[in-house]
Amino acid sequence: MPEIDLSRSAVRELNAALHGLPVDTNETHWRVLNPRGQHAVAVGLERPIVVNIEGHVGYYCAGMNQLATIVINGNAGTGLAENMMSGRVCVKGDASQSAGATGCGGLLVIDGNASARCGISMKGIDIVVKGSVGHLSAFMAQAGNLVVLGDAGEALGDSIYEAHIYVRGTVHSLGADCIEKPLGERHKADLQRLLRAAGVGQTVDVSEFRRFGSARRLYHFHVDNVGSY
Amino acid sequence: MCGIAGLFLKDHGLEGQLGALLAGMLSPLSDRGPDSAGFAVYGPESSGCIKLTIRGPYGGDFELMLTALGNSIDMTTEPRRHDTHVVVTIPAEYESRARQLLLTFPEAAIVGAGRRMELFKEVGLPDEVSRRFKLDQMVGTHAIGHTRMATESVVSTNGAHPFTTGNDQCLVHNGSLSNHNAVRRDLAKQGLTFRTENDSEVAAGFITSKLRAGCSLEEALTASLDALDGFYTFVVGTESGFGVLRDPIACKPAVMAETEQWVAFGTEYRALVDLPGITSASVWEPEPAQVYLWERQ
Repeated sequence: MPEIDLSRSAVRELNAALHGLPVDTNETHWRVLNPRGQHAVAVGLERPIVVNIEGHVGYYCAGMNQLATIVINGNAGTGLAENMMSGRVCVKGDASQSAGATGCGGLLVIDGNASARCGISMKGIDIVVKGSVGHLSAFMAQAGNLVVLGDAGEALGDSIYEAHIYVRGTVHSLGADCIEKPLGERHKADLQRLLRAAGVGQTVDVSEFRRFGSARRLYHFHVDNVGSY
Repeated sequence: MCGIAGLFLKDHGLEGQLGALLAGMLSPLSDRGPDSAGFAVYGPESSGCIKLTIRGPYGGDFELMLTALGNSIDMTTEPRRHDTHVVVTIPAEYESRARQLLLTFPEAAIVGAGRRMELFKEVGLPDEVSRRFKLDQMVGTHAIGHTRMATESVVSTNGAHPFTTGNDQCLVHNGSLSNHNAVRRDLAKQGLTFRTENDSEVAAGFITSKLRAGCSLEEALTASLDALDGFYTFVVGTESGFGVLRDPIACKPAVMAETEQWVAFGTEYRALVDLPGITSASVWEPEPAQVYLWERQ
């Protein structure tokens, strides 16, 4: 198993090595030591490999990920898995703000808490947070699912489009145009699939969740508002 | 950008390493603020005395200024020179006389004063500023530091942080205030004077005015949530500890860590990685619009 110690190698060397892997690489399992909060660790991966990162990472870890599975045994800074396309990113600790921002696909699992703006402008990514999320999570979320086993902060789902939000704990407040919606059988099945993918399918009861989504009142200009412009 | 580091020691055994630990925290924050740096260190006090940290006259005569001070006031200890700054310790009752006398040296400036606080700041890369002031040799119970990337005003020594908010008090800021001109005008009407066009100096002035009006530090920081518009993370140093406040939408990053030995603040986790016992520390982000205070018992 290739092992890269970031106290001896630069992040650029790590990322260049990971980007240089051929399609049929046999080096499918990597280990990264001593990240010490450095930024942009394991970004832009395009091969179905596994990367284990031992320690806390800084900004934009696992950004733009495609196909790879990246596991962070620590906390992650701002912009974890930003614009992820596919694959899987798992952080064993907490994630800072804007985790999963603009993500188009794949699964992001946060074992701890995520702070503000988790899933901001998400475009198809699935995010499962086993702890709580901070304010303005799923802001302008367009597609995908945000599942929160703990609580959600202020202005959840502000200006949301068609993403689905499921929260098991309390919601401090909903943002503009975000409303609670019925949790139907279809949604329960979808939620069960996501929880199973996050490794908690057996221990968490889907009926404990509430579903939130768009009231679709901001989609079109409303003539009653003409006086506001 | 800008970077902030703060370290509050619970373990007295680490006090001899305070400056060295803070220097290590500021170094990785160079990326966030390469144009200037500064720090306030809360060190030993002398009974009945006050320490003035004076930035010496540029190109002027340090000795002339110190001789004039010495002729007028009994200095408790020899002035201690740190590059462009000098720390003089005088009986507390002579503080206003010293301030008056220093007005006759317009090129000099009192950057900080207090029973325990010494304050140093200069233009340059943070590592270079730390080295010039010999930060690694400084001792004390707690310290806060700042690395600056100027966005609102010119790169100058006066524009560097920390800004003093009164004796033994100072403020560092990461962010940008949008209503600082209006607040500066209000504070000027109350008699506060400002050396720069800098937004952070206005934040420091606002805290000063609230403290002078009798508010506690917690009340002063809470009041700034309503009065100051923009985005900010403030760390405020006091004689016995430090306070932290983030704006209501937590625009600027902030990480805290705590062990049995210390409490630390860093704009990024990178600032904390060399602290002793960091791998087993509890690490978290301070909540927006919530005042945090750590006080020495």
